[in-house]
Amino acid sequence: MSAAADSHHDDHDHHGPEKGIKRWLYTTNHKDLGTLYLWFAFIMFFIGGLMALVIRAELFTPGMQFVDPGFFNSMTTMHAIIMIFGGVMPAFVGLANWMIPMMVGGPDMALPRLNNWSFWIMPFALSIFLSTLLMEGGGPASGWTLYAPLSLQGGDSFAFVIVSIHFMGISSVMGSINIIATILNMRAPGMTLMKMPLFVWTWLITAFLLIAVIPVFAGAVTMLLTDRYFGTSFFSAAGGGDPVMYQHIFWFFGHPEVYILILPAFGIVSQIIPTFARKPLFGYSSMVYATGSIAFLSFIVWAHHMFTVGMPLAGELFFMFATMMIAVPTGVKVFNWIATMWRGSMTFETPMLFALGFVVMFTFGGFSGLMLAMTPADIQYHDTYFVVAHFHYVLVPGAIFSIIAACYYWLPKWTGNMYDEKLGKMHFWLSTFFVNLLFFPMHFVGLAGMPRRIPDYNLQFADLNMWATVGAFGFGFSQVLFLFIVIKCIKGGEKATDQVWEGAEGLEWTVASPAPYHTFETPPEIK
Amino acid sequence: MKSTGLSKAIATAVGLTLGGSASAVEEHSAALNMTKGATDISAEVYGLHMTIFYICCVIGVLVFGVMFYSIFKHRKSKGAVAATFHHSTVVEVVWTAVPLIILISMAIPAAKTLIAMEDSSESDMTIKVTGYQWKWHYEYMGEGVDFYSQLDAEHNVARQLDSGVDVNQFHWYLKEVDNELVVPVGKKIRFLHTAADVIHAWWVPDLAVKKDAIPGFINENWAYINEPGVFRGKCAELCGRDHGFMPIVVRAVTQEEFDVWLAEKKGGSTEVAAADSTAEAVVETAGGGGEAAAPAAELSQEDLIAHGSEVYAQQCVACHQTKGQGIPPMFPAITGSAVATGPIEDHINIVLNGKPGTSMAGFKGRLSDEDLAAVITFQRNGLGNSVGDSVQAAQLAGN
Repeated sequence: MSAAADSHHDDHDHHGPEKGIKRWLYTTNHKDLGTLYLWFAFIMFFIGGLMALVIRAELFTPGMQFVDPGFFNSMTTMHAIIMIFGGVMPAFVGLANWMIPMMVGGPDMALPRLNNWSFWIMPFALSIFLSTLLMEGGGPASGWTLYAPLSLQGGDSFAFVIVSIHFMGISSVMGSINIIATILNMRAPGMTLMKMPLFVWTWLITAFLLIAVIPVFAGAVTMLLTDRYFGTSFFSAAGGGDPVMYQHIFWFFGHPEVYILILPAFGIVSQIIPTFARKPLFGYSSMVYATGSIAFLSFIVWAHHMFTVGMPLAGELFFMFATMMIAVPTGVKVFNWIATMWRGSMTFETPMLFALGFVVMFTFGGFSGLMLAMTPADIQYHDTYFVVAHFHYVLVPGAIFSIIAACYYWLPKWTGNMYDEKLGKMHFWLSTFFVNLLFFPMHFVGLAGMPRRIPDYNLQFADLNMWATVGAFGFGFSQVLFLFIVIKCIKGGEKATDQVWEGAEGLEWTVASPAPYHTFETPPEIK
Repeated sequence: MKSTGLSKAIATAVGLTLGGSASAVEEHSAALNMTKGATDISAEVYGLHMTIFYICCVIGVLVFGVMFYSIFKHRKSKGAVAATFHHSTVVEVVWTAVPLIILISMAIPAAKTLIAMEDSSESDMTIKVTGYQWKWHYEYMGEGVDFYSQLDAEHNVARQLDSGVDVNQFHWYLKEVDNELVVPVGKKIRFLHTAADVIHAWWVPDLAVKKDAIPGFINENWAYINEPGVFRGKCAELCGRDHGFMPIVVRAVTQEEFDVWLAEKKGGSTEVAAADSTAEAVVETAGGGGEAAAPAAELSQEDLIAHGSEVYAQQCVACHQTKGQGIPPMFPAITGSAVATGPIEDHINIVLNGKPGTSMAGFKGRLSDEDLAAVITFQRNGLGNSVGDSVQAAQLAGN
């Protein structure tokens, strides 16, 4: 292990980073790459967020005011793909890069050059993807699911969309390989698997999910590409193909993908709550097993996204039962978090607030998920704003709140400075108020019959849509405050101690704040 | 602020309810919850929905109750000292087993309802529903009655970007069609679903019927409507640019009324039905029949263009746009296009038979010859084109 680390030290000197742009282009340092990933994700959150605001602006009142329906569809499609592949996933990979080597007591990621490459593919992939907006025929407009045959209509930007998805996929797979290699090989002596912090565990499982399903997605979109340009008929019934097959393949990727977006969030929250409850995580091993069960179940529930395509009854029943099962391990997690808080000695700094917000609002999303699992009811909910409310609850006050919580939690370790606690709390309360104003009304318009992905609607939905739009703009502007807080923290502030938080435990809190450029070149001792 | 908004929303909901001239069942769609609907199945689905909702509420109150109790009591500022326990096998087994039991108790009624929903055997009649970009086609199987149904023409004008029309004047904005699907109450109606271009989904909440319409596939489901009423739905699967603008209206009537309606449909032409609302201006000259048995009267070019512009606004505008500029490259422009300014035979051929491999479907059989002749003439002499020639309905025979 030390041989691998030494091979990068040709000058046998514990050198710091290079100066200027070269530092960022050539870096193989896990901390630099983590920073790059996180800033990249931050920029993408704002771009995807602007698209969401276009959507919400058009939906402010009935009637078409701002955009063409075709462009509207582009916005919903691109908002989703950017938020998933450009926002949430790179943000989690950035956190993994920064924290996993420090948490397992390793000197760096196992494959540093691969690490550099998997990051630098991303800006190119997303640039190609965004450039389709400027092409003749506009960007992709068939929803992020790219269902055939609709996705085969439209301009030649389609080929660029597919190629950019391939690049994003390659980046994710390489990142995952790196994370698995790091976790399995770079742990300090004595850091057994069942001693690893939960964040490391959830990422290990997530990385295996990614390796399993990204190639499936790559296959599906490649078949779309050949259907479009090379005369194959994988998904065209007229040529002997099957449009429903695309949906099966897509969701075989898509459902595990949903958990890829939430498992690292479980890990983050499982780090933060014990710290601020000053009490060990309740049920550590059941947390690990629950994560594993959720990952396993994610492979056998995909067709619950397709209850209206006309599956045989036996299939519908199987996917209903399997889907309901997910509530059990997910419930175990929520109960464990609450049991961790129980009889603790809690304080409520910003990371804890976001983590608690996560537990409450993710559970809201879980409840609507349970409702959606009931096939007969799902037939009514399917493709309505009820579904939009559901997955935004698990993704925004779920996944994104966990990312924000992680940033506040580890910012002092990254920068050596405390962030502005007062502003951080304000950020939490503004975000929480507006995110609920944004997504809570969507449950009701969905139940009352408003389909998703429509640019215009009947007057009966007007009031709630107006609230949602106000919430969207409020939530968007609250994140500008977050940007300000992060920059302020980087520039200076009260100096952080090494441990930072009174209740913090784990190897990352044993190194200096800010964390030196190289850490754990000599493996720490694990009790 | 928030509470006034809420009361306004409720007032709006009540206002819609009172203002509507529709049936009691329809009124519920203006509420904030899933409709109970008009069939036994939809009522069962509503029951399941409310049961699972209440279960979630109870779990939520318990779980969040414990959580917030802990947050208020077990805080450092109140002098709480952290305990050190970190697992308890008994508790963990209990909170794995109890949810499992709750889930099983929910799965049983859900499975029962699902089995009933999927049993479309022994139906009394069958209606084939075909989704097009962006309209529906209904065919009463074995009756020889079929027609297209699409967004009401006035709404279609109002919903264009910067139309200048206040959409608030339409009570059923985007929920009104030109030709309603008329069905009898007290009959098990089987619906067959398919599509001509991309995947659509035919969804009528009051019937708890939502099924994807997939090109090349035929799906089925069914409804047994108890009471007469008007039930409104929407396309639920993203199907392209005008996905939001292909509503569904089902009018359930008594068997006697249905028989009269069906007889009328059979007596009249099925083909012109789709164009009824736009053809009024020239109906006297159109001869009232699309069978072309009697040669239609010759129309002046002005009349053709005038009527053609109406047909255009109804049938073509979604893709080719109000000024004929299209949305290239997906939907080519008509203004100055090689087709609309080239030989008229080619133009006629594309409008009647469509262009394979594109979204341009053939309109032969979907529109009357009169409408087709008018719209072709309009496209050649309007929208910035001025070829000067025209075509009469009678000339279309044989294409």
